[in-house]
Amino acid sequence: MRTFPRGGIHPSDNKLSRGTVIERLPLPEVVYVPLSQHLGAPAEAVVKKGDVVRTGQLIARASCFVSANVHAPISGVVESVDLRLNGQGKYQEMIVIRHLGFSGASSAMPNLSEEGGTLSTSRPPSRVVATKSAPRNSPNEVTEEWADGIDTSPELVRECTLTPEEILKKIEMAGLIGMGGAGFPTHVKLTIPPGKHVTLLLINGSECEPFLTCDHRVMLERGEELLIGVTLLMRVLGVDEARVGIENNKADAIAHLQALTREHEAYRGVRIVPLKVRYPQGGEKQLVAALTGRRTPPPPGLPVDVGCVVCNVSTAVAVYEAVQKGKPLVERVVTVSGRGLTQPKNLMVRVGTPVSVLLAAAGGLPSDQGSDGRVKVLNGGPMMGKAMSYMEAPVVKSMSGLTVMEGPSARRRQQGECIKCARCVGVCPMGLEPYLLMKLSRAGMWDRLEQEWMINCIECGCCQFGCPASIPLLDFIRLGKQEVRRRNKI
Amino acid sequence: MSARFIVSPAPHVQGHRTTSRIMFDVVLALVPALIFSVVVFGWDALAVTCVSVIGCVVFEWAIRRFVFRGKSTVGDFSAVVTGVLLAFNLPASVPLWMVLVGAFVAIGIAKMTFGGLGKNPFNPALVARVFLLVAYPVQMTTFPHPTGELVDVFSGATPLVAVKHGLVDAASLDFQDVLFGFIPGSLGEVSALLLLAGGVFLLWRRVISWHIPVSILGTMGVFTYCVGGWEFALFHLMAGGAILGAVYMATDYATSPMTRAGKVIYGVGIGALAVTIRLWGGYPEGMSFAILLMNAVTPLIDTYIKPRRFGVNRWARRFWK
Amino acid sequence: MEEMSNDCRQADCAGCKGCKPQPASRTLLLAYGLPLVLLVGLFWGLHVWNGTLFWTVATLCALGIVAAVVLYGVAQRFKVEEDVRIDETEKLLPGANCGGCGFAGCRAFAEALVSRRDISELFCPVGGNATMDAVAVYLGKAVAAQDPTVATVRCGGSCDKRPRMSEYDGEPSCAVAALLYGGKTGCSYGCEGYGDCVAACEFGALEMDIETELPEVTPDKCTACGRCVKACPKGIIELRKKWPKNRAVWVACVNTEKGSVVTKSCKAGCIGCGKCLKVCAFDAIRIENHLAYIDSVKCKLCRKCVAECPTGAIEVSW
Repeated sequence: MRTFPRGGIHPSDNKLSRGTVIERLPLPEVVYVPLSQHLGAPAEAVVKKGDVVRTGQLIARASCFVSANVHAPISGVVESVDLRLNGQGKYQEMIVIRHLGFSGASSAMPNLSEEGGTLSTSRPPSRVVATKSAPRNSPNEVTEEWADGIDTSPELVRECTLTPEEILKKIEMAGLIGMGGAGFPTHVKLTIPPGKHVTLLLINGSECEPFLTCDHRVMLERGEELLIGVTLLMRVLGVDEARVGIENNKADAIAHLQALTREHEAYRGVRIVPLKVRYPQGGEKQLVAALTGRRTPPPPGLPVDVGCVVCNVSTAVAVYEAVQKGKPLVERVVTVSGRGLTQPKNLMVRVGTPVSVLLAAAGGLPSDQGSDGRVKVLNGGPMMGKAMSYMEAPVVKSMSGLTVMEGPSARRRQQGECIKCARCVGVCPMGLEPYLLMKLSRAGMWDRLEQEWMINCIECGCCQFGCPASIPLLDFIRLGKQEVRRRNKI
Repeated sequence: MSARFIVSPAPHVQGHRTTSRIMFDVVLALVPALIFSVVVFGWDALAVTCVSVIGCVVFEWAIRRFVFRGKSTVGDFSAVVTGVLLAFNLPASVPLWMVLVGAFVAIGIAKMTFGGLGKNPFNPALVARVFLLVAYPVQMTTFPHPTGELVDVFSGATPLVAVKHGLVDAASLDFQDVLFGFIPGSLGEVSALLLLAGGVFLLWRRVISWHIPVSILGTMGVFTYCVGGWEFALFHLMAGGAILGAVYMATDYATSPMTRAGKVIYGVGIGALAVTIRLWGGYPEGMSFAILLMNAVTPLIDTYIKPRRFGVNRWARRFWK
Repeated sequence: MEEMSNDCRQADCAGCKGCKPQPASRTLLLAYGLPLVLLVGLFWGLHVWNGTLFWTVATLCALGIVAAVVLYGVAQRFKVEEDVRIDETEKLLPGANCGGCGFAGCRAFAEALVSRRDISELFCPVGGNATMDAVAVYLGKAVAAQDPTVATVRCGGSCDKRPRMSEYDGEPSCAVAALLYGGKTGCSYGCEGYGDCVAACEFGALEMDIETELPEVTPDKCTACGRCVKACPKGIIELRKKWPKNRAVWVACVNTEKGSVVTKSCKAGCIGCGKCLKVCAFDAIRIENHLAYIDSVKCKLCRKCVAECPTGAIEVSW
């Protein structure tokens, strides 16, 4: 079984929503679309207050090369372009769109009924709450109208006659970004810098974070779309081999995709590779090492330096939709899971939907049901996810899951003394010495930190996970890393 | 709005292992050997162990409480481990007050003066043992002979002493006795087999890694084989504190290097020093001194032996800047 | 005194034997020869009496001599010539090693003072003008006087004014928390309240108020070294002009959001209404990014603005 060369841990995977079919969340009443959902410069808004937008219409344009377009996730009227709090409690520029029903708009969306399509001007005081058992494609109480040129039919479009440049342009127009978490604009990743040569496309289906299952469900339910997306990406990069790395705890997804690649001639270049279950298998550098044996050099080294480009499976599906269907990135699958929720789910939601709507759809927070216990809501999985402090914050393109932790698991253990057990050194996948980095960072010895390859840290959290004394290693390592980076730039 | 949400930096999950669990595992691994010594050396062995453990725990608690004025750290079992290991290094016939002196040296001088758990540069139990050995050489080198009967105890020479002083030939010793531990010696070092079993348990629990024990025993084996053939090598591996030292003492977290390569260097150093002391030094037993000497080298090893950085060419420095 | 010693160093004095009479050759022979003879005799006696002891002593002596020669050689080889004035200058400095001057400790500062020709830009905030004057006299260089300053906490978001939205469970360090998120309140500009500034202060001038969860400055202890300013990840602490009797007027807010956003998160925030600007007669107040700022040098402590402020964001210490 393939895996990365050193370090790593095996947290209990807790894939509660593994067997839950992706469910489409009803359209929200109001969405908050941040202009900066990606790494790089924020997009520039091209709509203003009072504008009526259709779903999929461009509302913010990429401001430079390393930036991404943003499209309207629902049809409605722009209420404001304003600073609003994001999940981390910081102000961010967001476009607020309130839903407007369009009469007779259903022609664009055949699976939506016309019942609720009346123009509702009286706004209900509460937000739209998901009905408990809303199966996919069920009649919806709100309708929408898609922008021109978007094919919303469910048919698969296998043939593609576009040139690589045209495909890349479509990807860029659709505002695609890496959907695995970091949110790097896809078109930037696919534009190979001069002097570099790419030989392999790697698709990340490892999903090594506990609790998260969105990629797993995507691979199972949208396998063929995924594979078409992969072949499109291969065409853009001009490579004839792609490897999809999937952790072995998703045997059904591996079998499904392997069967598909055997069935169709078109997907012959795609190899499905089972990987050992080991965190952080899905880390970019770890995945490259596991699938090819190549070692990505430390930052600013990228996988492209060793001839690889890595994409997430959800991104590949989004590529398919953008290229074959003309559909921009306005919705994604989000796993809403955790011990604090009664109904863990995989939800297909529109970008900009408030997180509270998703939590309500998954059974609601324990505190909503009278219990006064405090919970921790994570944007992402428990290993790398960011704790959120504000629940009206929106879903963004790179949000793969929400994990709700409650009770003692929501809190850190009492911190003890370092016993120098060297566990952190053993589990570090990057060959660093976290105990030392933490000490140096605490003491402010930035030059030493640089010598000790602080910059190589990928912040996977293995060190802190494994620490028997529960020392907040990563807290200080992150701090030191930021300082080292800052000093290097100047 | 009240504070409903907890926020903390990632990661948000923790592994199951804790300091106290690790220490408890070490104690568990030592229990079979302890039971065996009680069987062969009688209740004295248990008394020495109890006094040692209680002494260590009380000293740890008292120093935390009255000198550091901090929170008690007795709950992490580290003092218990030190106590058991100290007792294992003493003859069963040693006077109990001397055990208390040892416990004080171990906790009070070797551990707490440096700041407590994880900060001590030398293995506390070994410091105490060496202190007692130098201060009370007679009592520390008078070993009861296990006869199988619990009460009949008389002093005898350990196999190492016997071989060293030419009393016996190494090849003529009964290896079964050495392996199972029916020989004179320190309380816990006699049963090579049970100590090894405990070591396997620790390896299975991943409390220790194989690097240190294997490199120590390997070096000792190769070294002694070169000097006196395989029987001599086998004898040296099983006699005395070789296994106790390699599996339980040298692997002490605070005093051993952090990286795998460093651990191997450390182990090789201990093995070579131990055999050197045993064969050509003044003492028949060299494990404690070898380990303490290499403890002193550990910070140096940690400074120079680094793990292999991912994606960094081993010989190239900072090519990206 | 100084003139005399200067004279002595002159070239024509080099061969002068008047001030230090050279011993006569006989005296020299006695001074070195007698002990040597005595020593040799002692050794010979020892050798006769006990050979082992003799060799022991002799070996140790030889070792000592070899070590002395090596040490002397190494010391000569690696001798560092240092300006004596550096030591003297360092003695004039407070010795707090706080880094407030921008150098790594008082020694480094003294080196800079001695080596630089123009030291008018260097200043020791702890010692203040008195220390700098002493340094100027000793080194014969000109220094610039600076107004004394004092650290001021520009956040008034106490617990009752700024509701807590979340509970922080990470390492209690402002820098760590600031890296993670906007803070436990709705205001992402305000004080985190974990006391990085208190930990940074070497003089005990800062203390965390348990009730307000804000740091409090004791102006008499504050030496304006600026460590807290660097330690605060939010840039809340500012060194402002120190008035007599520690009187001060300042805007206790650094939130640059619009007024409507500020009021949502904090009742004591500056909303940038500009009322203070209108009443200020000394042109000391300016408003940038919806945030008022009082220039502590221009301000004459008339306190008119304090009464005008609708949110009480202007704090006064009298």
